[in-house]
Amino acid sequence: MTQTTPTITADSTAAGPLVDLDIVDATLREALHAGGEWAELFAEDRSSTGVLFDEGRVEEMNSGRDRGVGIRVTAGEVTGYAHTSDMTPEGLADAARTAAAVATRSQEGGKVDMESFRGAGTAELRVEVLPTAVGADRKVALLRAADEAARSSHEAITQVTARYADSRRRILVANSHGICAADDQVRTLLGVSCVASGDGGLQTGRETVGYTVGWELFDDCDPAELAQRAAQRAVTKLAARPAPSGEAPVVIARGGGGVLFHEACGHGLEADLVRKGASVFRDRVGSQVAAEGVTLVDDGTMGPEWGALRIDDEGHPTQRNVLISDGVLSDYMWDWLRSRDDGRSPSGNGRRQSYTHLPMVRMTNTFVTNGDIEPDDIIADTPWGVYVAQLGGGQVNTATGDFVFGMTEAYLIEDGKITEPLREGNLIGNGPQVLVDIDAIGNDFAMGHPGTCGKDGQGVPVGDGQPTLRVRALTVGGTAA
Amino acid sequence: MNPDELARLAQQVCERAAGNEQVEVCVSTGRSTTVRAYNGEVESLRSGVTAAIGVRVLDDGRQGFASAGSLDPDVVADTLEAARRNVAFGESDPHQRLAEPDGVEPPGLDLGDPAVLSVPDSHKIAAAIDLERRCLEADPRISGVRVAAWSDGWSQSALASSTGICVQTSTGSCSIGAQPLAADGDETQIGYAGDAARRPDELDVERVVTESTESATGQLGATKPPSEHLTVVLAPSVAAAFIGVVASVLAADSVLKGRSPFADRVGSQIADERLNLVDDPTDPATLGATNFDGEGLAARRNTLISAGVLDGFLHNAYTARRSDTASTGSAVRGTRSVPGVGIHAPVVATGDIANDKLHASISDGVLVRGVSGLHSGVNPTSGDFSVGAWGHRIAGGELAEPFREATIASTLQRMLLGICGIGATAEPLAGGLSMPPLVVADVALSGV
Repeated sequence: MTQTTPTITADSTAAGPLVDLDIVDATLREALHAGGEWAELFAEDRSSTGVLFDEGRVEEMNSGRDRGVGIRVTAGEVTGYAHTSDMTPEGLADAARTAAAVATRSQEGGKVDMESFRGAGTAELRVEVLPTAVGADRKVALLRAADEAARSSHEAITQVTARYADSRRRILVANSHGICAADDQVRTLLGVSCVASGDGGLQTGRETVGYTVGWELFDDCDPAELAQRAAQRAVTKLAARPAPSGEAPVVIARGGGGVLFHEACGHGLEADLVRKGASVFRDRVGSQVAAEGVTLVDDGTMGPEWGALRIDDEGHPTQRNVLISDGVLSDYMWDWLRSRDDGRSPSGNGRRQSYTHLPMVRMTNTFVTNGDIEPDDIIADTPWGVYVAQLGGGQVNTATGDFVFGMTEAYLIEDGKITEPLREGNLIGNGPQVLVDIDAIGNDFAMGHPGTCGKDGQGVPVGDGQPTLRVRALTVGGTAA
Repeated sequence: MNPDELARLAQQVCERAAGNEQVEVCVSTGRSTTVRAYNGEVESLRSGVTAAIGVRVLDDGRQGFASAGSLDPDVVADTLEAARRNVAFGESDPHQRLAEPDGVEPPGLDLGDPAVLSVPDSHKIAAAIDLERRCLEADPRISGVRVAAWSDGWSQSALASSTGICVQTSTGSCSIGAQPLAADGDETQIGYAGDAARRPDELDVERVVTESTESATGQLGATKPPSEHLTVVLAPSVAAAFIGVVASVLAADSVLKGRSPFADRVGSQIADERLNLVDDPTDPATLGATNFDGEGLAARRNTLISAGVLDGFLHNAYTARRSDTASTGSAVRGTRSVPGVGIHAPVVATGDIANDKLHASISDGVLVRGVSGLHSGVNPTSGDFSVGAWGHRIAGGELAEPFREATIASTLQRMLLGICGIGATAEPLAGGLSMPPLVVADVALSGV
């Protein structure tokens, strides 16, 4: 099967703002009329396509479309929010009044500063090829290639699922302080999951590639190669022995190990949790919170990574935020509400799952920067321990910093060498302790798999990354004595 | 739109089926409100209305699906056309046809109690503020409440298909939840509890206050335990999470696709003989209760495990046809997704040991009161089970010091066979569900 290089070039769709700016103005005025101090309109138009290829055939092709608006009004510490899919002027005015009903403190409502709205509200589309401009047959062909490659790679492979997904999310954010900004976000993803069957039962392996790009993702991504890697992971695990139970030195491979930091300290550095005393990192700015050499960054500008955005969902430009610099906590992440209360500027971390949700502080692309040790030397310098080649998701209790993350591919390290594969399990550690227990940082930085971060019931796309690194001791949740 | 109008709309779209097409349409409308309180005031009040349509088109065993967040006539027409376009790329599976009416009578539950519709916003705000206050007053070590929330929702939906199915549902529910913080010196712990019910007066505020604050204070002073294999008592909420994972591997789609460790085990002893597990969506006391499944067939009571023997799997129309059996009415879906297979309302039969006596015969064990990482450390295909755990140690038959930063690990297969005690009382959980505590032998506790 061959694929020609796509020649379709996306235009900027030449469409105007999602909501006419005069209607935006009228809606914000309506929201402030009742006495709110500040008002915001968030409009969203999202379309998506998904293809599920399972058991050697296209099981399902689906598409989805969502449009709607959320109106937020604040008065002091009180926030009112109303969402609707009725985007007529009357529907928006209704939502504005509903949102304002609870947020009515001041005698006289705030004013709308419309001056900076002029000419704003549209976003340039920055992908080479819109996935919607590509025929579904080519999406199916990708999946078939992945399926065939996985099945033919090893006789132990008994089942293959391949999944393609693309989405386009246009947003418009305007508020009564004069912000009016738009973004046009396109994401494309391909994932393969394999089941291998052996004497010891069933094992699974998966690989996913996803970026904030269009169909050009497949200029550099070979679905067959991705599928073979997923198949190899499953086959390797057929020989896996139970993982150790208890504390062990853990070397985490470059890439997806960034989820360790996402859980170990990322959530604890979100200002909304810090403000409510629900973070173990409260009152720690300026303190040494991690081993020397550990620098942690959250960077929403990092295109084309999965968590990349030009603006956050409150209309503020994303930026590169250094959270930990050489082991010293330098800053938290902020949304508009929390930065307002602290009299500082937001950091571009105000995000929401959709127009039906209130924004809150969220990560974008979170990663640890390079150290200077050769990754092979880190393994050679580990007499006994666990090497985690691929991580699953994780979860954290931000109040204590206790966090878990899954190891979906791991090996034993014996005498400085990677030896036997281990069965799956969770690792558990305490964030503040793990940060100071990092005793080796490699020079081989890479970003990991596309992820979805869940917080208070909202999921948003995030990226993470790291070089190979070692933690002196983590608890491995295996079953071996 | 009222439910009758929704049903008419769904039927009208189905009537546009052409040629050999089968069309299934699910439409719904809903409204919801969430109030969060902080420092004795309303922090946020969020409300909204939603509408959705999902259209499934089958043609010669090929399946296409499309959905949208609006019921505007042009959107409805576009969604049907999008599903038709998608079906062109599906690939044929002779078993892939819509559910046919099977003559089973639905349980006839009245689930649409309108009480939740008449609660004024002022009452919702007061409930959230009251919940925060009661948590703060419950124990002097409670230093704050990260979240104290009230939510309610009302939804109406209809499902129709060109095979002659047409059903409608109205349901309402409300819920409360609290995350109190407990502090002692430099140490802070966070707890959680919640409840959900069809009527506001059925919410158990007292239980939420007690459980959420005790889960925070109970972890103060907890330490990392030594690693060893021992007997674990799973508190009811943890037992429910474990049973949820077990139920997922008893769904026929995982079985048919070679992703369940229990394929080919029907009629075999897969669990200790003390374990009896049924899915009972016909009990109106639970929020899992429903008259119809996600394909419009009658919901029914299904036995999954009896005296430890695997009785059968959960089926939707597709998996049933492929297995040459009948649907168990276990299609689960949202308006905007195709029907999968799943459990509605799991019920574990109670055992014969008083709940507070379960640990009396355990010389060395742990009571697990909470788990984390169920999505990252449990592989339902291989059966590997490893989750973060916190709770209390059990020494000499008595509850002892608290522990945290540990995991419990085994496999689903071993844990089911290792059940060695079931509490005599099913304790209430959120949403009207209840579950007895379970005792499981020989589980690996990993800590220091």
